[in-house]
Amino acid sequence: MNGFTTLVARDLRLVWRRPGDVAVVLAFFVVATVLFPLGIGPQADVLARIAAGVLWCAALFASLLSLDRLFASDYEDGTLDLLLLAPWPLELAALAKCAAHWIVTGLPLAVLAPFLGVAFGLDAKSLVALAATLLVGTPTLSLIGGLAAALTLGARRGGALLALLALPLCVPTLIFGAGAVESRAIGEDFSTHLVILGALALVALATTPWAMAAALRQAGE
Amino acid sequence: MAPALLEVLLLEVEGLACRRGGRRVFDRLSFTLVGGELLALTGRNGSGKTSLLRALALLVRPDTGTIRWQGTDVQAEPETWRGRLAWLGHLDGLKADLSVRENLLVAERLRGGGPAEDRLDGVLIAFDLASLALRPVRTLSAGQRRRTALARVALSQAPVWLLDEPLNALDQPAQGAFRAALAQHLAAGGLALAATHADLGLPARTLDLP
Repeated sequence: MNGFTTLVARDLRLVWRRPGDVAVVLAFFVVATVLFPLGIGPQADVLARIAAGVLWCAALFASLLSLDRLFASDYEDGTLDLLLLAPWPLELAALAKCAAHWIVTGLPLAVLAPFLGVAFGLDAKSLVALAATLLVGTPTLSLIGGLAAALTLGARRGGALLALLALPLCVPTLIFGAGAVESRAIGEDFSTHLVILGALALVALATTPWAMAAALRQAGE
Repeated sequence: MAPALLEVLLLEVEGLACRRGGRRVFDRLSFTLVGGELLALTGRNGSGKTSLLRALALLVRPDTGTIRWQGTDVQAEPETWRGRLAWLGHLDGLKADLSVRENLLVAERLRGGGPAEDRLDGVLIAFDLASLALRPVRTLSAGQRRRTALARVALSQAPVWLLDEPLNALDQPAQGAFRAALAQHLAAGGLALAATHADLGLPARTLDLP
């Protein structure tokens, strides 16, 4: 685990040195969600109805926005070779990169989303559900995005290709995430949705590190 | 820089061949290297020096042939073999936003090495990096970055050094520092392979790739 924590700490420190990269992602999230009320108009019932879907989609796009640099920066400066040569599993290294990405993207998004939910007229219960689903669902987005980032490493137009690969795989998370908030809004229990989101995260956790490691080895050749 | 070794190290390469994109890069390559020896890989651009180093590091899968470390096929226990390697690629492998000191310590920890803080100052002085230790690598010149990358190798205490054009961008004093570190590594029983165009300035066996 020594290498794992070292790598997470290194990536967090790199983000700390360039806070602008994360600020851009969060600003995108805010701007993208705020555009919807402006475009649709101030009908409170419509806004509350679409809030969950809009916030979840915006969180998905925002989380993909920073992913194209996840492995590309290591690839370009040669530190990826050092990870490939490390005497501990590359799967753990890939997981560490995704964990660091989640801490600086998924976690702030989950914290920020309820404040934006207020602007959409969501009630307190729905806001809690929104934060909870994002907290459980965004790790899946980081893992799937990380896989897409590893697969598109070294490809031209990697960013667009990454989104094209990752977005379809994120659909189940999106459906259950937004669905949970809507269930909560009409007074139903949303724990089933939350459990399924957790299951999706675990499936991603159990599969993507191996696929990422294979893709990274391929890119290293 | 390698620790005092009780046993003699032995690297055997037998019948190694590699193809990239249908083209033969090198073929039926065999050599044996024992502790204390330096092998200089020479040859023209594109003759496969880098590919050979990458194949030895298991970054590229060779088509045929075996690499044996202390008599054991390295493919059988790749992680053990990787733990014996220090790598200097044609890229420096440094994070631009981290300082020289942070880069060296992080790289050593990622390599699975023990605490390196007490060895670090000596290495920084040897490569004349002490005054630059807290500077972000982003602000360094190409030669200073190369020195940092070499310091990373020297810090590693790995018995096998794989070096791709180690003298690139180095001025005369830095070349001297590198030679001294390499000589110390070899004297301690370590072994090294270096792809190079320039004379390394140390007694070395030469493998000329056609």
